[in-house]
Amino acid sequence: MHNFITYYIGTGFWGSLVSSILPLVYIMPYALVTMWLELKISAHMQDRLGPMRTGRWHGWAQPLADVTKLLQKEDIIPAAADKVLYLLAPALVFIGSYAAYAAIPFSPAYIGADINLGIFYIVAVSAIVVLGILMAGWSSNNKWSLLGAMRTAAQLVSYEIPSSLAILAVVMVVGSFNLNDVCSAQSGWFWNWFVFGKFPFLFITFIIYFIASLAETNRAPFDIPEAESELVAGYHTEYSGMRFAFFYLAEYANMFVVAAVAAVLFFGGWNSPFGAYLSGPVWGAFWLISKGMVLVFIQIWLRWTLPRFRVDQLMYLSWKILTPFALLNIFAVGLWVVLRG
Amino acid sequence: MAELRTEEMVLNMGPQHPSTHGVLRVELVVDGEVVVDAIPHIGYLHRCFEKHAEAMNYQQIVPYCDRMDYLASMNNDHAYVLAVEKLLNIQVPERVEYIRVIMAELQRIASHLVAIGTYGLDIGAFTPFLYCFRDREMILDLFETTCGARLLYNYMWPGGLSHDLPPGFIEKTRAFIKHFRPTIKELNDLLSYNEIFVKRTANVGVLPADIAINYGASGPTLRGSGVKWDLRKDEPYSVYHKFDWEVMVGKGDVGTVGDCWDRYMVRVWEMEQSLRIIEQALDTIPEGDVQSAIPKRVRPPAGEVYMRSETPRGELGYYIISDGGQKPFRVKARAPSFVNLSLLPEISRGYLIADMIAIIGSVDIVLGDTDR
Amino acid sequence: MNANEIQEKIKTRFPEGVVEFKPDAVAEPYIVVRPELIREIAEFISADPEMKFDYLMSLSGVDFNDGNLGVVYHLYSMEKRHRIVIKAKVPKDNPELPSVEPVWKTANWHEREAFDLFGINFKDHPDMRRILLPDDWEGYPLRKDYKVQEYYRGMKVPY
Repeated sequence: MHNFITYYIGTGFWGSLVSSILPLVYIMPYALVTMWLELKISAHMQDRLGPMRTGRWHGWAQPLADVTKLLQKEDIIPAAADKVLYLLAPALVFIGSYAAYAAIPFSPAYIGADINLGIFYIVAVSAIVVLGILMAGWSSNNKWSLLGAMRTAAQLVSYEIPSSLAILAVVMVVGSFNLNDVCSAQSGWFWNWFVFGKFPFLFITFIIYFIASLAETNRAPFDIPEAESELVAGYHTEYSGMRFAFFYLAEYANMFVVAAVAAVLFFGGWNSPFGAYLSGPVWGAFWLISKGMVLVFIQIWLRWTLPRFRVDQLMYLSWKILTPFALLNIFAVGLWVVLRG
Repeated sequence: MAELRTEEMVLNMGPQHPSTHGVLRVELVVDGEVVVDAIPHIGYLHRCFEKHAEAMNYQQIVPYCDRMDYLASMNNDHAYVLAVEKLLNIQVPERVEYIRVIMAELQRIASHLVAIGTYGLDIGAFTPFLYCFRDREMILDLFETTCGARLLYNYMWPGGLSHDLPPGFIEKTRAFIKHFRPTIKELNDLLSYNEIFVKRTANVGVLPADIAINYGASGPTLRGSGVKWDLRKDEPYSVYHKFDWEVMVGKGDVGTVGDCWDRYMVRVWEMEQSLRIIEQALDTIPEGDVQSAIPKRVRPPAGEVYMRSETPRGELGYYIISDGGQKPFRVKARAPSFVNLSLLPEISRGYLIADMIAIIGSVDIVLGDTDR
Repeated sequence: MNANEIQEKIKTRFPEGVVEFKPDAVAEPYIVVRPELIREIAEFISADPEMKFDYLMSLSGVDFNDGNLGVVYHLYSMEKRHRIVIKAKVPKDNPELPSVEPVWKTANWHEREAFDLFGINFKDHPDMRRILLPDDWEGYPLRKDYKVQEYYRGMKVPY
């Protein structure tokens, strides 16, 4: 039973529909909570309080108010914009992030599509985001947006490589692309998780993957495509209202995708840290989301601590440091797998 | 196949851009992301200071000086009142000079905190910005207790001050110094020696000393290039000669002498030196009446004076011509930002757009000062 | 070196150059020189090993209100630690003198400012445009006989 919905409703139209909408039910509250957390965490890191009024208790309703505001705003389309691409781009960016949720094993009893090439599929559909961002930057007909889009394309394409190589190391150890198999391979107590060295080298793999994933989500210190102090807001400078909200939502959705993939690959996925205790379908979902959220927290933490790289330094990091290390790492892991038999 | 033709792109940075520190427009000619030429356009904040000064008497000009470099109002007033006093040839009580030095140094710290904080912001580090503003707030509180204003003080008058120090000021200032010393270290740990920050600023926008002098650069921009030049030391005014402190210069610790990091770091070091000056001034401040030397009517003899002093941004000079009347015949302000900004094209060619941000921020211009 | 010696040196080199020397002026002595020679004098005093005026502190336009406009150069030597004030007077109906921009780059923007506010034209300046005011502004505001224009691009100017 890998998907309780199709198990109960069947794999027909309704079953597929419900199981494809279910992640959306998760993303919406997740994005709101994370937005609020980001406001509060950054505020407390900076010796201030952050929102305190909206909704009385520590400004919990601030993201709701923000979203409502964005929805009410006028949807401005620049006169010289390429209308079709301009309107399509935010949707495409969100679709790219959302489609990745299909292959994330939220719990032993729920994975949208239990496909054999699960992790491969996630890497592939995430690339759609690049297309959306390029479209947004190009169609805005704004030099700053175009620069932002060009930077994004270069950055995402570059960082796909170390991140894919890092994923490959895990796949080699497990012997399967299926994310449920990856989870199962880490079952038992938390010292069985890959990150804690059940297999050597996988901790390094995790570091490589995490850095690359930061770059893929355009978060600091790799937020060069957006770089509010250089490119103002990069590819989404011209967007407003609802469409801007889509970019925003896609960013948060993407943050969780990479965090969840990292949780599955290195932190045991839906496995409980305590072996058979506190495990099961519901606990599984709890553990995966908690692990993902911890990694999301680290992303936020880094964002508010580190300055931003310059675009050529970013490329340097990817091509001259991360990629060679990832290759060496693969070699080492492969050697170890072969020798162990 | 026909050869592909590439064109340079003209990119307008500003006047509404978050990192031009005000309404500066820089016309960038870029080849991809490489800056081929940068042409600054100023004047968006021109408020006709020199024209206004023609129509007012000497005391009335002080508030206008406040508004030139609005981040360093005390220093602006200081330079102006020194010029008028030199023209009048009057001696002010020693207590007045001590208080002026204390205020000017506090203002220098406040101004450098803005420069450092916003520089971090330009590079993408948000958090140090708020730390800096938190500490600046304390200085503004001190100013508020002294003269009631937080930004534009009109505190220094030709011949004296508008108010004496309020009770408790000295203790509060000492408390601030005690709080602030450790935060400089915190700032260094968080930002100055951060690997990414150093990568972004070292070897970027290198300004050789001879070019800096030829362009008339001053302040941290000049000292970042390794020139040991500070008017407080080299042409001491007020009571600066009585204190023991050092002129900090860029040494190229992480890159080349005169790069952005050096200009930035000189400001950080200068804050420590300012603390030293304030501490000594607080220890030795004499008693006295701060308004005893204020002339009833400011009517300098016919003549002219060029008085310069060291503001946080560099050499601020006032050239005042008096025709013996109550109003100055001509007041010209030689603004440090104006001069420092003029060398921007010189140090930005060949770098990337992202470096432009680092370079503009490291020169630390205030557009109110540039345009006057 | 003091102002007297500097004046002597300039005079020996340019016998016609010095128009007036005022050693007892209030606050600071100054030298008035012939405007058409200002460039040569600038080159001379910036290169002369005893003077080495390498730092142009300020360049100000002035309207003397006697039919003359003027340019005042405040010079300093970083090496020798001395200063001097040099003035050049030009008639208001033809205010033109050579630019010192090739000698001190500081002069670039300062001369543009003097051009902008006084209408003094600096010959051989690489970029003689208005700097603070809009390019299509009429008149030179800091001249003593300046009358503000009635309309600027359809907007009423005097309020």
